[in-house]
Amino acid sequence: MITIIKKMIGGVPVPDKKELSEKAPVEFAGIPDELVLFMSHHIGAPAVPLVKPKDTVKRGQLIAEPQGLVSAALHAPTSGVVKAIEPRFHPVLACMSEAIVIEPDGKHEPVEGLAPKASDLDSLSAEQIRAIAREAGIVGLGGACFPTSAKITPPEDKHLDTYLLNGSECEPYLTADHRVMLEEAEKVIFGFKALMKASGVSRGIVCIEDNKPDAIEAMKQAMSGYDGLELAVLTTRYPRGGEKQLTQAVLGREVPPPPGLPYDVGVLVSNVGTAYALAEAILTGLPLVERVVTVTGEGVAKPSNFKALIGTPVSYLIEKAGGFAGTPGKVIMGGPMMGCALKSLDVPVLKGTTGILVLTKEQAVQEPILPCIKCGKCIDACPLGLQPLWISAYAERGFIEEAESFRAMDCMECGCCAYICPAKRPLVQLIKMAKAEISSRRKARR
Amino acid sequence: MGDRLLVTPPPHVKSAKTVQGIMLDVVIALCPAAIAGIVLFGFRAALIILASVVSAVASEAIYQRAVKKQVTINDFSAVITGLLLALTLPPNVPVWIPVIGAAFAIVVVKQLFGGLGNNFLNPALAARAFLLAAWPLHMTQDWVNPMSYDAATSATPLAGFNATGQTALTFKEMLLGQRLGSIGETCILALLLGGIYLLARDVIDYRTPLGYLGTLAVGTWIFGKPGELFQGNPLSAIFLGGAFIGAFFMATDYVTSPVTPRGRLYMGIGCGLITLVIRLWGGYPEGVTYAILFMNLVTPLIDKYVVPRYYGSGHDKMARKGGGR
Repeated sequence: MITIIKKMIGGVPVPDKKELSEKAPVEFAGIPDELVLFMSHHIGAPAVPLVKPKDTVKRGQLIAEPQGLVSAALHAPTSGVVKAIEPRFHPVLACMSEAIVIEPDGKHEPVEGLAPKASDLDSLSAEQIRAIAREAGIVGLGGACFPTSAKITPPEDKHLDTYLLNGSECEPYLTADHRVMLEEAEKVIFGFKALMKASGVSRGIVCIEDNKPDAIEAMKQAMSGYDGLELAVLTTRYPRGGEKQLTQAVLGREVPPPPGLPYDVGVLVSNVGTAYALAEAILTGLPLVERVVTVTGEGVAKPSNFKALIGTPVSYLIEKAGGFAGTPGKVIMGGPMMGCALKSLDVPVLKGTTGILVLTKEQAVQEPILPCIKCGKCIDACPLGLQPLWISAYAERGFIEEAESFRAMDCMECGCCAYICPAKRPLVQLIKMAKAEISSRRKARR
Repeated sequence: MGDRLLVTPPPHVKSAKTVQGIMLDVVIALCPAAIAGIVLFGFRAALIILASVVSAVASEAIYQRAVKKQVTINDFSAVITGLLLALTLPPNVPVWIPVIGAAFAIVVVKQLFGGLGNNFLNPALAARAFLLAAWPLHMTQDWVNPMSYDAATSATPLAGFNATGQTALTFKEMLLGQRLGSIGETCILALLLGGIYLLARDVIDYRTPLGYLGTLAVGTWIFGKPGELFQGNPLSAIFLGGAFIGAFFMATDYVTSPVTPRGRLYMGIGCGLITLVIRLWGGYPEGVTYAILFMNLVTPLIDKYVVPRYYGSGHDKMARKGGGR
């Protein structure tokens, strides 16, 4: 069954710029001179190192184990020697963070016992699939990095009925999910069925934006052999692929405000990359040690989609993409709407790194910030029905309680408001500030 | 790498919309009305427009320099204020009227309250109200006959229309603006052209002019003919007087009107109601200025209570009623 979905609350029409890299097949990026693997790759408790400096490791070997339920295991992406365990600069947390540094030996030798877990899903129980996801260190690859084993083990009291596979990839420029769906549709669907089986959900809906017709076709083909799968084709509009937006558009259900999650309304949402990683873990036994990363933007010579080892330096990937085209102005980890700007290229690819975007000097201009003229465009653009102008105005003046009463904590930081603002006000940054202050006050009260 | 990379918070791409661009769109949208005013009322009208715009821009620059703020005349907002004020003045007023009015609008109404984005009254309209109170004769008698360019001191057609519910003007005369009135308010065709431009460019929300003109038209149809109900002339009500320029260019001013779509509809309806009441039962022939100024004052209240529906609010409502999810 195919549904075409046009409705959406708020959002902005951002030029998608997918044409730069959507035609580039996924290539293996190669083995760099050094891999940096953070203990914190995910939401939740950091992993605990199991190796010491000078230990030799093999591809797929467990090098750090999860701590608690909401945590993820970490594996060596290639064979080599542990050079150090030391704090390195974490590009997303923006602070020094414990990491295992591996010096590859170039042999890419797999660890002993790396073998397929099963060739079909019938031979696996739900518990076994969850265990594979946990052992393979799989986290949500859409960027949020929530440990997948925890997601598919929801609390007993939640009644789940639908699983959404998110292939909308609404962030402009990025094409990693697009290529995965196009090139590995069979495996993505296999992984999706595994996610559904593990969480006990019988209805699955594959959600793709209509700017990827070839991926839609490939996924439609791959789905045809399975029961209980539907396809939803959505019009292209940012932030179409936010899990709250998807749940609302596809099922007409609204997720409760934070800390509400889709499972509160019987829904789970996973990224296509996550489904693919789980399929790999089941069909080949390889844990999550590599992922597809788009390296794109007007500032790179040859926009590409790479299969990169986790921990590969950003500078290495940019070089593999033909280096810079002209003078780079800004390098972003992630997409242009929610990604973070890098001050140094000496940082590694994380499990949640969807892309590396290089903007040219001309594109990376800082426009002057003007006073708010109350045009209300941020209100029209907000997909959550918030009023960014008031929240940011209160945050700017230190009125944190007022910012909270205007539902600052609901904000998912999609950036639509700041994108559309004619006065170029840093709305998301101000709201983030308010959120941090509200959180710390809540903690202090407890 | 010799060059430093720019590190700023997301989003890293921005829309092409700018404050300056929006203001320029408004200036462009006012041009047809200004040109029509000059054609209808002659050189005098051009002089008033020029004096008002120059005074507004100069006042802003002089004030900002005097208090050592950044001079922001290149955002075109002072040009709009000057232009709007001039278009609401009778064509034959002495030149010092727009000069004083525009200076009052910029310095007292806008800058003293914090400049662009912080004034709570529409500067051009507040200045017009000030001029009306200070020099009532100039503001109500300095008319010019259209196309013949000679002075006239009789009442505008609106006064007669309010009293009788009828007008001798033809539809074509009203559309082209061939009547006594302020420089930019009479030519409905030119105003409509500008209004459509603003709507097409997504600068203004259709709800405000629709609510305003709709309420005024319906209200006039019901109550507009003395002694009889449902016999009024709705079209003349919105074509005569300043409702058209007010609905498209003044009630829609971002800074002094509500920020939500529903709020903007209420803004329009409120303006329409107050205009109607002043015209039919008040002491002034025209109520547009005071209607919009009053609604400017009510705007913070509208913004407080008319808020968008937030995502997931259904769950909160159920929780409050004691229902489960």
